[in-house]
Amino acid sequence: MSNEHSMRRVTAIRNGTVIDHIPSGQALRVLEMLGIGGKSSVPVSLVMNVPSKKMGAKDIIKVEDRELTQTELDRLALVAPDAHVAIIRAYSVAEKLTINLGSEVSNVVRCTFSNCITTNHREPLPHRLKVISRDPLHIRCHYCGRPQDLDELIKNVL
Amino acid sequence: MAGLITMDDLTNEQIINILDDATRLLPVAKGELYLPLLQGRILGNLFFEPSTRTRMSFETAMKRLGGDVVNLGDVKNSSVVKGETLFDTIQMVDGYTDIIAMRHPRQGAAQYAQDSARVPIMNGGDGAGHHPTQTMLDLFTIRQAHGTLEGLKVVLAGDLRYGRTVHSLSHALTRFGSELVFASPKLLKMPEEIVSDLREHGANVVETEDLLGSINDADVVYMTRIQKERFADEDEYARCAGAYKLHADHLSEVKSEMIIMHPLPRVDEIHASVDSTRHACYFNQAFNGVVARMALICYLLKVPVPMDVESEGGVI
Repeated sequence: MSNEHSMRRVTAIRNGTVIDHIPSGQALRVLEMLGIGGKSSVPVSLVMNVPSKKMGAKDIIKVEDRELTQTELDRLALVAPDAHVAIIRAYSVAEKLTINLGSEVSNVVRCTFSNCITTNHREPLPHRLKVISRDPLHIRCHYCGRPQDLDELIKNVL
Repeated sequence: MAGLITMDDLTNEQIINILDDATRLLPVAKGELYLPLLQGRILGNLFFEPSTRTRMSFETAMKRLGGDVVNLGDVKNSSVVKGETLFDTIQMVDGYTDIIAMRHPRQGAAQYAQDSARVPIMNGGDGAGHHPTQTMLDLFTIRQAHGTLEGLKVVLAGDLRYGRTVHSLSHALTRFGSELVFASPKLLKMPEEIVSDLREHGANVVETEDLLGSINDADVVYMTRIQKERFADEDEYARCAGAYKLHADHLSEVKSEMIIMHPLPRVDEIHASVDSTRHACYFNQAFNGVVARMALICYLLKVPVPMDVESEGGVI
């Protein structure tokens, strides 16, 4: 099934953001990481497990009337580092944004270890996580060295 | 300036060079020679948690080399209780001193301090994290006894779950190709992620609950204290702790050059009858804390240790 066909499972949006090539089954995690959920007022369309030539299967999210910021892209990088993000204006792709999961993630999420020095909210240095490997994703706190679980990290978004 | 936060901050070659420096500094550590290599330098001792050996040996190391020491003192009487952040405390001490030794209850505190400081930080223990200066003195002690760090069989026994000393040491010994035996009750096993990490780095690791069955072909037996509060009830504690006690009677078939180490303080895990055997090495190990830290401070402050300490040093 073509990519175009997959995209047509939900209607085109006038203005907003399309996040494509999300790993299959990860769309809900992406929404949680971006803080887009039941309480947000913008319309959100979501398709999961649609066939993809490149990935076998993938998820797609369309968020209306909202353009992702750089901070949100940094968060997205942890959950879907190879996703494609397009900003839509007047039904056309106005911008393609690049997600970049580098060797370090700074001030995006807080270390999940309860005894880490960074749990003191008054300490001023940035929250830093080191990306040890991308696939599988393996992240450690720069300070305490503890490995980080993605499901826990999502609860610690800054 | 870089400090020592974990053993990963040093290459094997750097470790060996520091141990060589420490070997040459032994007469200075013993007070037989005076060699003021660190005259005019000040060490800041920041112990946010109680410490006896680590704090005192840092202080002794600095003073044996002619340097001076300022102490944070009792945390209860410091700005910390007023809510001062670690960042602010470090900014202040960084201005007062040339190098800082630190122990803190929070994991990651040493790296955090290093990122806040201009001077080198020496991690003297951060929560259940790392204790690399203890590892340096342990490596010094092992090399002193066996002449090498390579290819030894080392049994680590007791509380392997919570003991940061054994975590750092296992990583370091793996780098030198040691065969490791972890002898502990199930409840206090070496954490799974550390064992798998060691194996990924090529370690030959055996896990067992049988300490006495593991010591006869060992080169080093490293004992640690099993703490009562780790157990749900006293009977369970008594049963477990009883299997991890060494008595002189247990040593009849061990290798003659095998050494018994312990980071101290000990409680019951090494019976006093072991003290007079040739295997007891824990008090010498505690002394080595001074000389290993002397060499480490010189290394971090980029102060060369003379090749011929005897001719450079003066009489006390």
